[in-house]
Parts: sequence; C-alpha cells; structure tokens
Amino acid sequence: MSDTPLSPVREARAMRRLKRAWDSDFAYSFRRAPVAVISFLVVLTLVLAAVFAPLIAPHDPFDPATLNLMNGFTPPGEANAFTGEFFLMGTDDQGRDVFSTILFGMRISLFVGFAAVLLAMVIGVTLGLVAAYIGGWTETIIMRIADVQLTFPAILVAMLIFGIAKGITPPEYRDQMAIWVLILAIGLSDWVQFARVVRGATLVEKNKEYVQAARMIGRSGPGIMLRHILPNVLNPVLVIATISLALAIIAEATLSFLGVGAPPTKPSLGTLIRIGQEFMFSGEWWILFFPAVTLLALALSINLLGDWLRDALNPRLR
Amino acid sequence: MTQTTDAPPVLSVRDLVVEIPTRAGILRPTDGVSYDIRRGEILGVVGESGAGKSMTGNAVIGLLDPPARIAGGEILLNGQRIDRLPRDKMRHIRGDKIGMIFQDPLTSLNPLLTIGDQLTETILEHLDVSQSKARERAIAALEEVGIPAARSRIDSYPHEFSGGMRQRVVIALALCAEPDLVIADEPTTALDVSVQAQIIALLKRLCREKGVAVMLVTHDMGVIAEAADRVAVMYAGRLVELGPVQEVVETARHPYTAGLMASTPRASLGHRRLRQIPGAMPRLNALPTGCPFHPRCDRAEEKCRQEPAPSLGACGGRAACWFPLDPGKEENAA
Amino acid sequence: MSSLISVRGLTRIFDVSKPWLNRVLERRPKAYLTAVSDVDFDVEEKTVYALVGESGSGKSTIGKIVVGLLSPSGGSVEIEGIDLSHEPDAAKVDRIRSDVQMIFQDPYASLNPRWRVRDIIVEPVSHRGGDTEGLAEKLLEQVGLSAHDASKFPHEFSGGQRQRICIARALASNPRVIVCDEPTSALDVSVQAQVLNLMSDLREELGLTYLFISHDLTVVQHMADRIGVLYLGRLVEEAPRDRLFTEPKHPYTEMLFDAAPRMDAFGREVNPPQGEIPDAINPPSGCAFHPRCPIATERCARERPEMRTIGDTRVACHLAE
Ligand SMILES: Nc1ncnc2c1ncn2[C@@H]1O[C@H](COP(=O)(O)OP(=O)(O)OP(=O)(O)O)[C@@H](O)[C@H]1O
Ligand SMILES: Nc1ncnc2c1ncn2[C@@H]1O[C@H](COP(=O)(O)OP(=O)(O)OP(=O)(O)O)[C@@H](O)[C@H]1O
Ligand code: SF4
Ligand SMILES: [Mg+2]
Ligand SMILES: [Mg+2]
Repeated sequence: MSDTPLSPVREARAMRRLKRAWDSDFAYSFRRAPVAVISFLVVLTLVLAAVFAPLIAPHDPFDPATLNLMNGFTPPGEANAFTGEFFLMGTDDQGRDVFSTILFGMRISLFVGFAAVLLAMVIGVTLGLVAAYIGGWTETIIMRIADVQLTFPAILVAMLIFGIAKGITPPEYRDQMAIWVLILAIGLSDWVQFARVVRGATLVEKNKEYVQAARMIGRSGPGIMLRHILPNVLNPVLVIATISLALAIIAEATLSFLGVGAPPTKPSLGTLIRIGQEFMFSGEWWILFFPAVTLLALALSINLLGDWLRDALNPRLR
Repeated sequence: MTQTTDAPPVLSVRDLVVEIPTRAGILRPTDGVSYDIRRGEILGVVGESGAGKSMTGNAVIGLLDPPARIAGGEILLNGQRIDRLPRDKMRHIRGDKIGMIFQDPLTSLNPLLTIGDQLTETILEHLDVSQSKARERAIAALEEVGIPAARSRIDSYPHEFSGGMRQRVVIALALCAEPDLVIADEPTTALDVSVQAQIIALLKRLCREKGVAVMLVTHDMGVIAEAADRVAVMYAGRLVELGPVQEVVETARHPYTAGLMASTPRASLGHRRLRQIPGAMPRLNALPTGCPFHPRCDRAEEKCRQEPAPSLGACGGRAACWFPLDPGKEENAA
Repeated sequence: MSSLISVRGLTRIFDVSKPWLNRVLERRPKAYLTAVSDVDFDVEEKTVYALVGESGSGKSTIGKIVVGLLSPSGGSVEIEGIDLSHEPDAAKVDRIRSDVQMIFQDPYASLNPRWRVRDIIVEPVSHRGGDTEGLAEKLLEQVGLSAHDASKFPHEFSGGQRQRICIARALASNPRVIVCDEPTSALDVSVQAQVLNLMSDLREELGLTYLFISHDLTVVQHMADRIGVLYLGRLVEEAPRDRLFTEPKHPYTEMLFDAAPRMDAFGREVNPPQGEIPDAINPPSGCAFHPRCPIATERCARERPEMRTIGDTRVACHLAE
C-alpha cells in the first residue's frame, strides 16, 4: 500500500472497519440474541476476573504468611467472631478467603481449559485435514483410531493418560507437572471431534473448484491445505472449540474433584469443590457453594455462547 | 392452441405481492403480478435467476417459507380465493386440485417408501376408491408417463430409478389425483437434453389430454417456445411482459424481453457478437427508482427514472413499459 | 497446420469399487468406470474446439486431463508437442502448465471465499514467484471490471462478475490455451451473452485457443470452429461446425439436435428420443448407442464401429455415409 502513515487516515479507516463489523450480519445476530449477549458478558467478566486475580483478590490464598487460622470457617457476609475481619464469600477451614481462592482457582481452570482445547484443536484439525486430503490408508487409520477413542468416555481416556503420565514422572516433579499432565490428558481425549468435523468439511471443500484451480496452478498439497482449505473449514472448528472449552473446564473439574487433577497447593475450581464437599454436611455450605456456582456459570455461559455461534455461523439458518 | 375465451380461468392471480421482511427493509420478490391460466393452457414463466419465478409459484400453492408472506392481491382457483386459507385446507387443495413438479425430483419423493406406496397413498387420499383399485390406477399412471414395465417396477424405491425416470414418477404423482392446475418449477433443468425433450413432450400431451392448466417455470426460452401457449416474463419481481409465445419471442414489446431474445445465441447468428444487455439484474434490496430495468435499458428516459413503470393492464396488457417497442417499426429485429 | 493440443487414444478409468471391507462382505468384485475411452482429436492453434455431450459423457474428465488435474489411464495428451505425463524435464512441464489454464462451471465455487480478488487473480503468477505489481488491476479492467474491485471479496460480486474474475485469473499467466468447462451454464442468458462476447474478444486480442466444453448446442454453435460429440466416453462424431449442424452423420448427433429445444419452433411436436444414457459401469456391447439408435442393425450390437473419415467429418458409426 502506498499511503503515508497519516494518523487521521488510519483512524478513519479503523472507524470504517469498526462500523462495518458492527453492521455485519454476525454482529447483528449477536445483538439480537439476549442469551448470547448475557453469556458473553458473564464469560468476559469471569475471564477478566481470573486474569487480573492478583490485582482483584483481597487476599493471597497461597501465601501462608497472610493466613490466620483464627479466620477459619467465617460465614459469608459476616465479620469473623475472633478477628472481626470480613469476607465476602466466607473462608474455608484454614481461614483462606473463598472469593480469592475462586479467583485463583478460575485462573487454573481456564488456563487448563484453553490450553487443552488448543492442543486438541491443533491435533484434531491437522489429523482431520490430512486424513481428508490424502485419503486412502492414512484416512482409514486416523479415522479408525478416532472411532475407537470415541467409544470410551473422554473422562476415562483422560484418567488413563493422566495415570500413565503420572507413573512416568518422578515424584518430586509431580505437583509441578500436574497441570501440564492435566492439559495433555484432556487435550488428547478431545481431539476426535475436531478431526471428524474438519475431515467432513475438508471432503466438501477439496472437491470445490477453487481447490482444483489451485492444484492446476501447481500448488503443493500442504500449500493447498493450509492456504486454501484451512481458512474455509475454521467456522465449525470455532464452534466446537467453544463447546469443547466448556467441556474441558468441566473435565478438569471432574478430574480434580476425583483427586487426580490439580493439587491442593494449586487448587482449581474442581479442587475447591472437592475440598468444599467435605464440609457440606457440617453446615459450612459456602465453601462448596460458591466455587460450584462459579463453575456452573462459567461452563454454562461458554456453552450457550457456543450454541449461538453454531446457529450464527450456519448459513442454512440465516 | 384452442382458446375458449369465455370459460373462467383455472388460476387467476391478481396484483399478487409477496413480502420478505429483512433487516434492511421489506423485500418484494413478487410485486403486483397478475395473470390467468385457462384449462388446457400452458403458461410459461421466464426470467433470470432471482426474478421471483419460484416465489410466485410457491405463493400460489401456499408454500412460502417464512418470513416470506403474501402481502397483497388475490389468488383464485376456479373462481375461489385460496390465498387466505388455513394451512390444512390449503394442504388438501394442494393435493387435490394442484399438482407440483419441482426441479429436483428427490425432494418430492419419500426415499423410504416405494413408488407404488406413494402413488396409492395419494390416490386414496384424494379419490374415493378401494385399495386394489388405487394400485391399478397407480400402475396406469406410471404407464401413462412412460415408465416401461410399470407393473414390475411399481414396488421399487426412488433411488432405484434414474433422474429422468424419477421426474416421470413425480409427474405421475402430481397428476394421479387429477388436479386442475399443475405448477412445474424448472422440471427439466437438472436433466439431459434428450430426457428433457421426453419430459416436455409428456407434459404437453398430458396437459392437452386432461385439460390441465400448467404453469411452467423455466429460464430456457427454447423450452418455453416449444411448450408454452403464452409466456410471462419476470424481472426483479415484476411481470414485464405477457403475451402469446410467438408474439413475445418474435416481436417483443418490452426492452428487457427484446434484449433477452437478442442475447440468446442461435444458429442464424454464426460467430457474430451477441447483443448483450449491460449490467445485471439488481438485487431486491437495491432496486433502482422508477422502472427497475431503467439502468440497463437503452430506451430509458427521465420518466423511467422517476415514475414506476405502468402495470401490464394499464398499457394494453403486453408490456409494463413507458416506451414499449413498436413492432410496426421493425425496431427489434435481432 | 500446427495443432497445439493433440489427444491420442485417451482413456481414463475410475475405480468406483466400494470400500475393501464391503467388497469382501458382499462378495462383489472391483468395479471400474470407463469415463473416457480411446479419444483422439487435435486442436489447432487459435481456434475453438468444442466438446459436447450429455452429462456423464466424459467432457469434464477430458478437460481435467488436458490441464493436468487428472492423469490419463492410457493414451496421451501432447501440448506444444510435449506429453505432460511423461516429460521428465520439470521446467518444461511447468512452462506448459502455465500455458494452459482453465475456467470452471460454477462461479460460486471456483473462487476461494476467504481470499481477496487481487490475490485470487495473481495466484498463478505469484505462486511461481513472478512480478504481480498492478497485474490484478490490469486484468480486471481487461475483463470489464474496475481496478477498485481488486481489494474486494468474491461474495461482493454477482455470478457473471465472478466468472469475469475467473477469466482474469486464467489470463494472469499469459496462457495460450484455455480449457472452458461449461463457463456459462450457471449464468443467466443476458449475462451469458456478456461472458461469451468477452471470451470471443479476448480470443481475438490475445490469440487464444479454447477447448470449449458445453452441453448447450446453441452456445457451442455460436462459439466453436470444430466440434466433437461425445457419448459414454467415446467420440462419436467430429466435424467443422457448419458441417456438423447441416449434415450430422451420427444418429446420436441427430438425436441431440432434434431434442434440443429451439426458440423458433413454436409448439413443435418433437418425437422424443428413446431411452436414457446407459450405466457407464456396464456400457452396452458394440456401439454403445445401439439400444437407443433408431437405425441400429444386428451388427451394431456386436461390433464396435471404428472412427472413419468421410469428407471433413470423422464419425464412428457403421451406417454413416
Ligand atoms: N429468505 C429470503 N430473504 C431474502 N431474500 C430472499 C429470501 N428468499 C428468497 N429471496 C429473494 O427472493 C428473490 C426471488 O427468488 P426466486 O427463488 O423466486 O427466484 P427465481 O426467479 O425462482 O430464480 P431461480 O431461477 O434462481 O430459481 C430472489 O432475489 C431471492 O434473493
Ligand atoms: N473422480 C471420479 N471418480 C469416479 N467416477 C468419476 C469421477 N469423475 C468422473 N467420474 C465419472 O466419469 C463419467 C464422466 O464424468 P464427467 O464429469 O467427465 O462427465 P461430463 O461429461 O463432464 O458430465 P457433466 O455434463 O455432468 O459435467 C461420469 O460417469 C462420472 O460419474
Ligand atoms: S453404429 Fe449402429 S447403433 Fe451406433 S449409431 Fe451407428 S447405426 Fe446406430
Ligand atoms: Mg426458482
Ligand atoms: Mg462436466
């Protein structure tokens, strides 16, 4: 482009782009879907809260120096009987502020969720593309593996992978590695959907004439897959990624709840729920309640967002 | 063909308006369309893709997909209004009085039922006959549309038939309840020329023998010329010309029709350049003011840009145009 | 007489068997479909050679073999004297490939919806590392669009305009031959006229050669210099345009001409042709047309007619004269 970097010009162009985005069918259907808007706001709030947890959290639940055992079991919204301190969502048995632990727990849950989905996406999209584009035996092998894996519940696969990985990491690294093992386990248990959808979409796209035109020009297979087909199969991938994110967060919580996930030293929402349920019947309901509600709100809004996305990106439903 | 002018038309469409409310405003894929079809007559409807041919046909049979809806005008079948009927009543009329043939025969056939089941079911629903009589009628219907060995093939499934055979079955299905009107929306577009010739010949024969009124939607002028008695030309949702087929093809009055005829390649032209109409049909959400054809029209004057083109009735019933071509002056020799 | 494309004994067989496991379970043998069988023809430089035939006759398959999208199962295609599938010199193959371009039928599917028009048009050049400065703009103007259109996306264009973009892409590498696979059958008549006129103009301006594939006889008659008629993968008749239309020699060609709807034949009562195209997996014996042929003899069912030259027509029929 030959225009000088005049900032007013740039600004005008950015404004135009924004206006076009605002006017697009996509943005329009978003504005018209209250469920999507609310879900988006919830997700946005929770993600921002998690990202900025160190700034927002009133206490650092992982700094033993700030913990006061006297604060233990403070109910939400009441001042502690001994110290007079006030905790929005109460404290747990060790006097940790539940609100702060949730913020930090969400960080871990979201990080594991995003990373696992990213891993699943990279594996699934690559294998799906390759299977559909190359076909033959490659396709048969990849898709049969996918079929076999689908017959096991994802959580079982994740537990299996988690178990194996745990077995081969030396004990002193276990806590440190737990998060990464969790990501690997959830990611590997979830690639199948991506592979299937991408394969289906690629089979459709690869017979379209623009792909033939590219082949005729002499582009190589990988070149066509990356430059031509990939951008055109990303819509369904985006939908699945969103819904997978909700599932991954729940999977992580489940694993942590079962005690095979995030360690208590670095608790995720699932770990918090596990800890909380020990106190459920002794009256300290808030230790369980708030993390559980947060998990529910997070997973549900992401899921609803994914549902809307699926409809919005489906040309047949326009 | 035989024109008995005093018999009431089977189908009479008066100022039909179909509207689709969208974000960008209300679109009118069919805008003020009026025509009649008499017994035994084939009315050809031509126009470019998106001109509103299918919309008009679907409005007549009450099969508009929401949000599209009839916003004005009347549709009369044998003199009775059918445009405001409730759904189930309309469904009954659709099977009983109106037959439908679509471009893709697979959409009108149930893949899970045999051809025979579908035919007898339709016959039983609309005619008062016994099960075995219905089956006999079904076989007769298949024979009539030229399915060889109909008796042995009646228990086949749709996928066991070729495209042309399927379309014959659809025609048999459309005609077995002895309707008064058949709406055929591009019935041969998906077929090969040789099969197309068979299907068109079949439609013509059945229409003549049974006195059915046919609305034949297509974009192939050749098919229209050979099959239709009269032709209606649509452009951007309006009817721009309506008349006997030979007159419209040979001495078009509307500049669009004339351009359409001249841009069709034909033998006499040799390698010479085709006459072309500049531009393309406007989208419904960006219709120009005045006559929707004026930006592409070589006869357009200020009036065309300002005032909506006159309706067909207002200008002698042939062309909806302020300045129609005058056949006396030999202007439109291609 | 220099023939730019020379097709000899071209055959293409597709394996249409069911997957291995189904075959074993259902005890079915492998199934093969002969889409193109023993086709010979030459395309002279700067002429338009048309292939006509009904669906499934192998027109697109031949086109794809000529541009190198499919490889032949037998026979050869020589372009400028070089057989692409047997030429060892990669540089030569690449040069020929950029000399032969293709325009596809569906203008909606043949442009990548995620690419800008500029990138689409120059891809044949940019892919080879050529200079693309201003090329897209020049080509867009050449095909009757505006240079501003270069930065738009395909969905902003109508079918006819998209087909112009496809033509611009085909012209980008300065080709000598363009294979046009039903370039106007998805377009409306008035737009078809624009595209056909554009193609004729470009042919004269740039000295192009077209291999023009269509099932529409009127379009073929308008565009072609020489026409080959295909039936079930075989060439049944080939003649200069006027000869073919005035004196069709093969019964299939005659049937095709009779069946084609004509704009000047009001209320014509055609005697519709018999039957439909048979299954290409199990084609009829002898002359593949014999079950539908009104003049077939017993010999036709038994013996396949050889291609014979009668005047300037080549025809594969026992009874043609
Ligand atoms: N749901 C919708 N929203 C907006 N516009 C629509 C909708 N459905 C149809 N249209 C528009 O209505 C117009 C009429 O369409 P219609 O199907 O009647 O055209 P047609 O003449 O049958 O064309 P074709 O030859 O392609 O079948 C088109 O311009 C189309 O874009
Ligand atoms: N990749 C393929 N695999 C199997 N069969 C194929 C393949 N491509 C084409 N065929 C078959 O080869 C035959 C010829 O096909 P081709 O596409 O060349 O026909 P065509 O003359 O272009 O027809 P149309 O007018 O429908 O485009 C058809 O029977 C088709 O089913
Ligand atoms: S060879 Fe025989 S069957 Fe074939 S076209 Fe000629 S006459 Fe007909
Ligand atoms: Mg239509
Ligand atoms: Mg083809």
